[in-house]
Amino acid sequence: MDAHAVDDIRSHVKTYLMIFGALMVLTMVTVGVSYLHLPVAMAIAVALVVATIKGSLVALYFMHLNHERKLIYYVLALTAVFFIFMMFVPLFTNMDKITQRY
Amino acid sequence: MDNVTTAGHAPIDTHAHGHDAHAHAHHHEQSFVTKWIFSQDHKVIGIQYTITSLLFLLFGFSLMALMRWQLAFPGAPIPVIGSFLGVLNAPGGIMLPEFYNQLGAMHGTIMVFLGVVPLAVGGFGNYVMPLMIGAPDMAFPKLNMASYWVYFIGGCIMLASFFVPGGAAQSGWTSYPPLAVITATDGQTWWLMGMIFLITSSLLGSVNFIVTIIQLRAKGLGFFRLPFFVWAQFVTSFLLLLAFPPLEAAGVLQLMDKVAGTSFFMPSGLVVGNKVLEISGGGNPLLWQHLFWFLAHPEVYVLILPAMGIVAEIIANNTRKPLWGYRMMVYSIIFLGFMSFIVWAHHMFMTGMGTTMSSFFQTTTMIISIPSVIILSALFLSLYGGSIRYNTPMLFALAFLPMFGIGGLTGLPLGLAPSDIHLHDTYYVIGHFHYVVAPGTMFALLAGIYYWFPKATGRQMNEVLGKIHFFGSFIFINGIFFPMFIQGLHGVNRRLYDGGVQYAHAGPVLHWNQFMSYAAWGLLVFQIPFIFNFFWSIWKGKPVGANPWHATTLEWTAATSPPLAHGNFETTPEVYHGPYEYSVPGRSQDFIPQNQKD
Amino acid sequence: MEIPYTVEVRPDTGLSNGKLGVWLFLASEVMLFAALFSSYILLRVGSTEWPRGAEELSVPMAFFNTIVLITSSVTMVMSWASLKMNDFGKFRMYLGATILLSFVFLVVKYFEYSHHLHAGEGPWHNTYYAIYFTITGLHGLHILGGIVVNGYLLGPGAKMWKTQKERFTNRVEIAGLYWHFVDLVWIFLFPVLYLL
Repeated sequence: MDAHAVDDIRSHVKTYLMIFGALMVLTMVTVGVSYLHLPVAMAIAVALVVATIKGSLVALYFMHLNHERKLIYYVLALTAVFFIFMMFVPLFTNMDKITQRY
Repeated sequence: MDNVTTAGHAPIDTHAHGHDAHAHAHHHEQSFVTKWIFSQDHKVIGIQYTITSLLFLLFGFSLMALMRWQLAFPGAPIPVIGSFLGVLNAPGGIMLPEFYNQLGAMHGTIMVFLGVVPLAVGGFGNYVMPLMIGAPDMAFPKLNMASYWVYFIGGCIMLASFFVPGGAAQSGWTSYPPLAVITATDGQTWWLMGMIFLITSSLLGSVNFIVTIIQLRAKGLGFFRLPFFVWAQFVTSFLLLLAFPPLEAAGVLQLMDKVAGTSFFMPSGLVVGNKVLEISGGGNPLLWQHLFWFLAHPEVYVLILPAMGIVAEIIANNTRKPLWGYRMMVYSIIFLGFMSFIVWAHHMFMTGMGTTMSSFFQTTTMIISIPSVIILSALFLSLYGGSIRYNTPMLFALAFLPMFGIGGLTGLPLGLAPSDIHLHDTYYVIGHFHYVVAPGTMFALLAGIYYWFPKATGRQMNEVLGKIHFFGSFIFINGIFFPMFIQGLHGVNRRLYDGGVQYAHAGPVLHWNQFMSYAAWGLLVFQIPFIFNFFWSIWKGKPVGANPWHATTLEWTAATSPPLAHGNFETTPEVYHGPYEYSVPGRSQDFIPQNQKD
Repeated sequence: MEIPYTVEVRPDTGLSNGKLGVWLFLASEVMLFAALFSSYILLRVGSTEWPRGAEELSVPMAFFNTIVLITSSVTMVMSWASLKMNDFGKFRMYLGATILLSFVFLVVKYFEYSHHLHAGEGPWHNTYYAIYFTITGLHGLHILGGIVVNGYLLGPGAKMWKTQKERFTNRVEIAGLYWHFVDLVWIFLFPVLYLL
């Protein structure tokens, strides 16, 4: 492994440690916010936003998604579309029934 | 074998001490076990899948043959076989309703998950695809081996479930709760465990297929030079990859309901046999239906897509013409694959959903018929102006076209919510999906066996026996399934143990039951020439060379028959043409192999 | 017979077989957990009553576990980075730490589970506990899988470092991708089950 590559990795290591710090802070934020007992909708929104940020940091930096190939992005984008569809299943089932009164 | 192009810097000693190179350096010394049983060679694995799935198909067919006796002659003792079924299933040879239900649920499960898909994807996909793209094997040979053996174990679990107390699963292949959960048998639990193995096998296989097609294509084989068969397998693998996991999750949830006393699918206040059920309640049966159909709809496209791929290859080859509209077919199959994920609730129109949901799914279902029709039309149009050779594979491939047409068209009133109100859960549905899978997919798979048999064995199957097999099957298969539309339109429900005898409205159409049963037994008899032909030809069939059909695709033009055991090709093929260069004007031969340079 | 692009990348895709394979596998895992999250939402929205996570479960234990798992993700990526820097000793230390932290996670989970089971709050108790045990149980099985894979790479699998450095480093990277995914699932599981 040549010296140039090693330097490259060293800068990555710095990044990993910074992301680690960010993740710790965000974890404390999400727990702290839960003690505020926000109204339901807001609580869900905040929890999911924080989780998404944390997840994105893991995906982009630890999983090296920030410089991955296009093909991987396409596969993940496709998966994301179907993921969103799966999330709509509960909405469908509970909100649109034939017994609804208009 | 200089088929490795190294783009990056060479790692230390890869070739001399690499795991694979070391194992194959002494390839003559593979034991019987590593050569034929725990093989990592895609060709051996493809044959393993093919033989195993054909046996399961025969077994699943036999279950139905048994059911058809009960439907034709309700309450009559089954001759000969009746005494061997056991007093718990058929006392005095007369089939019990519970046993009928077991046969029904397992017929569906075995045909779909142990028969058709393993043959279409595991058998044909594994054997043919790497040869067609010029690859030495699959990207992950060990994973391939694992995927077969996990399928095998799943199959054994499914078969074993017949012998547990209470018998096999008996709530339909769809296993709807609460019925599936409350039915007092361990068979359902075994079904769920079997499904977990089968789904795992599928997932391992689909990763392998996608990576192989993307990464191991020969030089010059761009995506739009791929034979349509490969495109079909590619899209199919994506369906399997992304649609199966929700059913795996659902299977785990139902397993928990059965063995851990949870209530994922069990609503509160259930009363069974006048007793209130002691469960925690709060569950939702619709959750199972959503998760199940989220897979099961893409699953039906898994059933048809490889078949379309096979038919496309055989038609191009036997018309001596390129496929009509190849590009449109490719775009259509990609669009079809995507759409298949967002139509699933058309199986659930009768669950009390409101008009917003039913309109949405009705619309997507109508849209998905477009790429289907495009592909079928392109295949029909491919015949126009062709020099048609009527050999056995071509006969089956030709029959596929109108049969799949009937299957597809009869799906339309089912996909439209208003007409589905009348037809849901009737024999019309059974007629519809059997037309697509039986004279549709099965015919295509049989065509594929006749077509690629020479590649795998170096011998051709007998044409006379093949034609007897074809004509007999074609006549009798229509005899079984066409009357189902008539019965269904009359309102005869599916899954009825007595075939509708108790219902007054079924009276005028009941006589079809006997007709269909005779047709089913006739169909079974006409498989005998095929079974005999298949095994006899392995040893005594007419020997042929590498390319008996004068085809253009790599499996015929670059590999021997059978191909080399290791690495498939003596020299790695390079591709210079599209897949269907037939009857090119100004050439002496009526086909140009894909790997022919000029 | 060598399968091409096992180690080196294919020029037009820029990927090695293993890298593409593991991302496809992770895509299927996303769909698996999507189905479970979607089940959770459907059951909760359709229920007449549903407890708040903090009322039933131990937030401090799960908070600790979250820190443990995120740290294990860092040690995992550091183990790969160590191999890239040709430091086999550091690799073993970091991978060992990852495995150790995984065990810590499972031990904490064991204590959580046994507390609830002893109090009669098993999956049969109500749908809340049913989904809690099922989702965290399946996640726990994935952690176990990760331990097996990482254990292999630390143990018998590490022999490959002597003969095929790049291929071994890629294997560790791929195992890391799986491990980060397991961490990612927990990052969502924790707030959804414990804090909402």
